[in-house]
Amino acid sequence: MARKLLLENAHIEGINTYDVYRKNGGYRSVEKALKSMSPEDVVEEVKKSGLRGRGGAGFPTGMKWSFIAKPDGVPRHLLCNADESEPGTFKDRYLMEKIPHLLIEGMIVSSFALGANHSYIYIRGEYMYVLRILEKAIAEAYANGWLGKNILGSGFDLDLSVSPGAGAYICGEETALIESLEGKRGNPRMKPPFPAVKGLWQRPTVVNNVETIAAVVPIVNEGGDEYAKIGIGRSTGTKLISAGGNINRPGVYEIEMNITVEEFIYSDTYCGGIKNGKKLKACVPGGSSVPILPHYLVCKTAAGQDRLMTYESLADGGFATGSMLGSGGFIVYDEDQCIVRNTWNFTRFYHHESCGQCSPCREGTGWMEKVLHRLEYGHGKMEDIDLLWDIQRKIEGNTICPLGDAAAWPVAAAIRHFREEFEWHVNEPKACMERNYGLVAEKTFEPATA
Amino acid sequence: MAEQTEKINVTIDGKTIAVDPGTTILNAARMIGGDVVPPAMCYYSSLKGSGGKCRTCLVEVSKGSEKDPRPMPKLVASCSTSVMDGMEVKNKTSERVNDARHGVVEFLLINHPLDCPICDQAGECHLQDLAFEHGLEKTRYEFKRRTFDKIDIGEYIKLHMTRCILCYRCVYTADQLTNQREHGVMKRGDAAEISTYIQNALDNDFIGNVIDVCPVGALTDKTFRFRSRVWYTKPMDAHRDCQKCSGKAVAWMIGDEIARITARKDQFGEVKEFICNECRFDKKEKTDWVIEGPRHIDRHSVISANKYEDPIPEHTPLLNKA
Repeated sequence: MARKLLLENAHIEGINTYDVYRKNGGYRSVEKALKSMSPEDVVEEVKKSGLRGRGGAGFPTGMKWSFIAKPDGVPRHLLCNADESEPGTFKDRYLMEKIPHLLIEGMIVSSFALGANHSYIYIRGEYMYVLRILEKAIAEAYANGWLGKNILGSGFDLDLSVSPGAGAYICGEETALIESLEGKRGNPRMKPPFPAVKGLWQRPTVVNNVETIAAVVPIVNEGGDEYAKIGIGRSTGTKLISAGGNINRPGVYEIEMNITVEEFIYSDTYCGGIKNGKKLKACVPGGSSVPILPHYLVCKTAAGQDRLMTYESLADGGFATGSMLGSGGFIVYDEDQCIVRNTWNFTRFYHHESCGQCSPCREGTGWMEKVLHRLEYGHGKMEDIDLLWDIQRKIEGNTICPLGDAAAWPVAAAIRHFREEFEWHVNEPKACMERNYGLVAEKTFEPATA
Repeated sequence: MAEQTEKINVTIDGKTIAVDPGTTILNAARMIGGDVVPPAMCYYSSLKGSGGKCRTCLVEVSKGSEKDPRPMPKLVASCSTSVMDGMEVKNKTSERVNDARHGVVEFLLINHPLDCPICDQAGECHLQDLAFEHGLEKTRYEFKRRTFDKIDIGEYIKLHMTRCILCYRCVYTADQLTNQREHGVMKRGDAAEISTYIQNALDNDFIGNVIDVCPVGALTDKTFRFRSRVWYTKPMDAHRDCQKCSGKAVAWMIGDEIARITARKDQFGEVKEFICNECRFDKKEKTDWVIEGPRHIDRHSVISANKYEDPIPEHTPLLNKA
């Protein structure tokens, strides 16, 4: 049985209340950090742990923390990004709903490490009931002296507030999140200046994902070196994966980052195989933004090695034959699913969620959606496929924030790996309305001869 | 102090210039002048916070700096990227830049109505110039274009959102020249629109300047709408004594009559001295103004040509091609 660090106690009755959480070893890391460690020690432990951002980009957290500017007399802030809106990702909700105190504990220790005296949890508006859970837990933490003035007599003050968004995916982008928290329209800011220098209210700010902050608790409890022993290479520790799609056991799983994708999909500990005994067609391993992988590239890399659930292995082969671990929204497709329809659906989402600030994303996402809609409903033309490729190419990398990339990648990958299915939609307009294309003719991987 | 004034070198399309630290690539290119200047649809030097949105000014940084010569992986917005010592930038000489710019122009045009024949901005429209230089001859967009109703915002200004490219310039103008924030952007994505709160009127002594900063025909002067094509009018430098503003403006004349008044724009189409509504909308008599003489409009459009037989030499090959 794999080790669990975050969800170890999630099954315990009443773990969302302070008393039960404390009885099960809660808030130990706060005691340890505030009584026996300096802020620099905590940052050092996080660096040693090799923890990487769990929100999608996988940036080393310790390094991010060490970038924060520390001008005299200017307050610093820690923001927790709980605006989990990526289609396919629901791990943060599970964590906050089950063990809200773990996030609060992580926030206290992380704020201590960064020297932040007022921290915020920015939660998406759709999670209003989770916000109530968090507010209750925060009230309990205040009542028991874990928040407020002079925590544990260490002289460290911390206020923690929860702030809901209004339902915009873009507010999960860190600078848009800051704008939104300041009460403005959630448009991403231009970088530089980076939030570590000028963030919330123009003060140095760190924005971290819920899971990242929660992972600080076991790191401080057991030491960074101990944490780094789990996993492979630069993918250390455990990762929450929210598995969905055509599998027998959808849900949130905590995995050690050393298991293979094959084990994750087919083992009864995790997804339990494809539903109804069907075959695997494709898989999106890290939330809707990351490139989709065809069945012959899911379990093996292009080089023929086993693909692992790690940052590096999932990205093996670049975007030509790989994908990304992303935020851990693991979506599995069986042989009956239509990739064109799926791509259209994703693009519809990005069209709806584009902030409209910069032109390629504002206009391009809508255009791609319309073209994909036309293809899916049997009115497409063969040129549309190349047109889509050209549109996504002109969006990618040319926008202010990564939403443009996130909109472009799924389209690019779908065309790259499932071009036949797009062509079939053009050639068989009637059939594509009635049935699905099925497996891409049992294709196997053929290395491109350059 | 000596170090602060030390100049740093930047090379754009093979031309090197020494500039102050903190200068953006776009401004450095403007100092060099000529065709190394990237087009800018949303950046406006006098408006704080503007720029970065339209993505037409994307350039390739082929060498980051003397210290760190690695090229930047992505194209960067030249209006919001500061130069570093020894930086090498490719604008027109980069295939990637030209390709991306083609893309941006195409994106800007897919929902633009292309109603230039009836648009008052035609002839002095930045989007027209941009499309002329970087656009495709034919659209690949086959869907219904986005449309909005025309709105009167205030006594003098007409908002035609359909033409808007969401550069946010007018938002910053209204925000920074006036006391209260009166208008902004509502909704998001391609449904986003410039609007005042519940179609309020924009009422401020300097609000007429939103017309001048608008790169397209989305905000037009109601006292001039449909009076004349701009290239039939003669721009004249004019001034008057004004209590509120500098009183320096351009009078666009038809014969002996003043058809409209605008602020003076520099060679990059930017207003340096904003003028008040009184000068712009109310003083339309020749006796109100001291006419200084003809104004040279330093833009690529037909106004500066003023007649079709004698276009700017650098564009002659393009015209002959068509």
